[in-house]
Amino acid sequence: MSVSRRMLFGLPLLVVGAGGVGFYELLRRMRTGSYNPQAFDNPLVGHDVPDFTLPGVNGRKGFDKPVLAAQKRPVLVNFFASWCVPCAGEAPYLDRLAKAGVDIWGIAYQDKPEAIALYLAKYGNPYARLATDPSGRTAINWGVYGVPESFLIAPGGKVVWHIAAPLVPEIIDDQLRPAMQRLT
Amino acid sequence: MIPTLGNFALALALAIAVAQSVIGIAGPMLRDRLILRTAPALAISQFVMLGLSFLALVWAGVVSDFTVRNVAEYSSSTTPLLYRITGTWGNHDGSILLWCLILSLCGATVGAFGNSIPTSLRSRVLGVLGLISAGFMAFVIAVSNPFARIWPPPLHGAGVNPILQDPGLAVHPPILYTGYVGFSIAFAFAVAALIEGRVDAAWGRWVRPWALVSWLFLTCGICFGSLWSYYTLGWGGYWFWDPVENVALLPWLTGTALIHSAIVVEKREALKTWSVLLAIATFSLSLCGTFLVRSGLLNSVHAFSASPAQGLFILVLLALTIGGSLLLFAFRAPALAASGVFAPVSREGALILNNIFLCIIAAVVFTGTMYPPFLDLLFNRQISVGAPFYDQTVLPLTAPLILAMAVGPMMSWKRAVLLPALTKLWFGAVVALIVFGAFILRGHFVAALGLAGAVWVMIGALIDLAERVRLFRVPLRQSFARLFTIPRAAIGASLGHLGFGIAVLGIAGMSLQVHTIRVLNPGQSIDLGGYNWKLISIAPAKGANYAAREATIEVTRNGHFVEMMHPETRFFTNQKVKTVAAAISTNGVRNLFATFAGDNDSGGGEFRFNIHPLAPEIWLGGLIMALGGAISLTDRRFRVGAPVRNRLRRPSGSATV
Amino acid sequence: MMSRKKRRLWIVIACGIGLSTAVALMLFAFRSSLSFFMSPEQVAARHPPPGRVFRLGGIVQANTVVMGTRNGAPYTTFRITDGRASIPVVYTGVLPGLFRQGQGVVTIGAMAKGDSEFMASTVLAKHGADYMPRDVEMALRKAGKWNPKFGPPPNAGAWDDKSPAQIEASNNG
Repeated sequence: MSVSRRMLFGLPLLVVGAGGVGFYELLRRMRTGSYNPQAFDNPLVGHDVPDFTLPGVNGRKGFDKPVLAAQKRPVLVNFFASWCVPCAGEAPYLDRLAKAGVDIWGIAYQDKPEAIALYLAKYGNPYARLATDPSGRTAINWGVYGVPESFLIAPGGKVVWHIAAPLVPEIIDDQLRPAMQRLT
Repeated sequence: MIPTLGNFALALALAIAVAQSVIGIAGPMLRDRLILRTAPALAISQFVMLGLSFLALVWAGVVSDFTVRNVAEYSSSTTPLLYRITGTWGNHDGSILLWCLILSLCGATVGAFGNSIPTSLRSRVLGVLGLISAGFMAFVIAVSNPFARIWPPPLHGAGVNPILQDPGLAVHPPILYTGYVGFSIAFAFAVAALIEGRVDAAWGRWVRPWALVSWLFLTCGICFGSLWSYYTLGWGGYWFWDPVENVALLPWLTGTALIHSAIVVEKREALKTWSVLLAIATFSLSLCGTFLVRSGLLNSVHAFSASPAQGLFILVLLALTIGGSLLLFAFRAPALAASGVFAPVSREGALILNNIFLCIIAAVVFTGTMYPPFLDLLFNRQISVGAPFYDQTVLPLTAPLILAMAVGPMMSWKRAVLLPALTKLWFGAVVALIVFGAFILRGHFVAALGLAGAVWVMIGALIDLAERVRLFRVPLRQSFARLFTIPRAAIGASLGHLGFGIAVLGIAGMSLQVHTIRVLNPGQSIDLGGYNWKLISIAPAKGANYAAREATIEVTRNGHFVEMMHPETRFFTNQKVKTVAAAISTNGVRNLFATFAGDNDSGGGEFRFNIHPLAPEIWLGGLIMALGGAISLTDRRFRVGAPVRNRLRRPSGSATV
Repeated sequence: MMSRKKRRLWIVIACGIGLSTAVALMLFAFRSSLSFFMSPEQVAARHPPPGRVFRLGGIVQANTVVMGTRNGAPYTTFRITDGRASIPVVYTGVLPGLFRQGQGVVTIGAMAKGDSEFMASTVLAKHGADYMPRDVEMALRKAGKWNPKFGPPPNAGAWDDKSPAQIEASNNG
């Protein structure tokens, strides 16, 4: 039995093995969010945040792009609304993140000041800074098409991660933490 | 209560499957006759348990027990009874349970009807099947249990996806899954043979009926899936090269190669390695398909709700099954006895050519399907591969297959001369050339090629049958009598090829379709393809769980009434979703296809009209192929212990089977 | 009859010819028919040549959808945006039922001559196996996607008092 003939019989196994490794890697990337075949990729990921200026609400100061880009630590920008139930669902987890030292800046999407105040009073306020986007135009510029959505901004203003879903613990552990670790 | 019992029955089935796999594979080594007989009994009881479990889930759907999360998410109290039953498999968890049920049915069938197979081989086959069953049931129980409960139960269920509320749901998944899963038997035979270290003619004879049954169901499943999307999606398309469709086509291609090469193993004791590898490959492709669709790796309009965690579990199952079998193959296959001798120009040679081309087409489809995710993985580029890619690669590659399909059956075993074989097909060649010329003159190049090829295959299949009954060479009555005495497998083969030709005819005909989109007000009409389409009225209508707007279209031709068509748009109140119900009118050789998209502001609406020449032939051809397979199965050689009566006097020098 | 070795050689040659044909066909097909996906920003930056087919995907910009008829056939114009650029799209035909303002779509087509508009031959709106249409009721139950088409959001102050039926009633009313 020639050696080359023996090797030929092992070829299918090798090919399948390579494929299996590839599939495993694809699955892993799906969990961390770097491969998502269904998504509508937010086009901002990998780019700088768009130019914007948003007013504050209820006596607080808003923020704009230069301020955001000048931060020395990563910032989690969270689009939310008082009328959005899953935003209330993610509120306790945002609270936990804020207490763990993550800078969270909130943008209230198409909302009214009184309602925002009521919401924050009820569910807690994890936001280091808070701005409001009553028309939703800035949200469109960010590629947001619903709430809640969150973006991780690296120092300098580049968007490095995005999720169009509530920040539940699985997403925080599987996606947000690795993304933040990649920045440090 | 009953769902809990169903869950328990499932766990019990898993335990039985584990026992079946251990006893099945280890049994022959212990040479204890009692143990050897246990495996079939275990296989049958596993099926009974799974059957009970599945019935429990169906029951929960029928009575709308919303404490079962699967029922709450995918059914509702307003869903009609048929879809409360069939919606059981219209979602991920329920369909995997159906998969397990059919897998256990395969084992039970081998246990109950495989008495002609040597005991030790049968025991190993059941052991392998038990192992696969156990893996999948473990997956269901661990990660994807349809019996998961929620409390408090919601008042209303979310309802069955409106697009799935169609009689097709009752038919398509079970048939398709039987095809997919059925190849596990051929797989188990291959693995068992590798364990035993022996593949002989008898192995070919045992594998072939099991492979044929699966192939038959898979053909019907794919055929029906195509028909379903044709009349449900409202575009008049029947095949989109969508990843989910491709993963159904792949095992069909290698399965076709398998049933052909099993013939050679049976008759000539050749192509053993090839057949074993094909049997492993076909079921592996089925498993891969399950993985790809349910893990969410592929972007498809048929998307199943998927999660990477489930995908990982299935990937591990795949690694063990496919990796294990191929490892066994790498070590044991070289020891299989070397193949019998034959010349390249012979029926064996033609069958090898057939296998090569089927496998190459499968490889191309596989590459096209996997190209986007792997390109993203390796080079971080996002692209998508669509129908044009497959049209440019697969269609040319079917040309040699079509040419060879008519010639192969004309050739004799071991050594054949090409010219006489081709001469017998002169009639087919002439008609094909005429058809080709007729359509080329009208400027339809692709249709000309397709129709000519289809005619070549169809007439070739009929000539094959004519040769066997010695049509025109003996009195007509004798030819007719011969029809009942020639091996049924021969009739099945002719029918199979004929069916393929008819399907190709339909596909080529569809390339000649005409369509238009129009806004019509009541009383207005347009002309398309020789027919006149007139909008009579638009009125509200009502279904069980939907409200509809129904348009009435009168179709006439040269002033003669042809048909009244009623396309609708439907609005499902539960999910607030709008769907389009196309109206299709067929006369066997062409379809009229009308869709109504919605009202406009002036009392009329937007319409799309199509004429699909030869469309019914696509699915008719598929059914005839499956019928050929079914007739082959009734061949007396496959029946248990029936003696072969030697009624025919053997003429010399001609192609016999 | 030839020896086993020679026959094996013939088989290998046949496989080789078949495989190379297949590979050649694939390479040719890849080059000419892969439809690349571009976002509006990429289209605005790269100006694909007129007639070159590609996929354009993004969000249907609200308040830009205009429907009309041209020669008796229905046509629709709208703009697709990704937040950074927006491209006008012209589509002749029947829009899929899932097409809505403020929602994601993928269109297949090519830029018209003069690089002004995208002529779409197909418009696709996606759905999954669990049908989660973006209307207010489902949005409030699951992932909070809100469709601007369905009107302004409800007042949050009265939120917690409403039962699911009341929410539904207020959204439909």
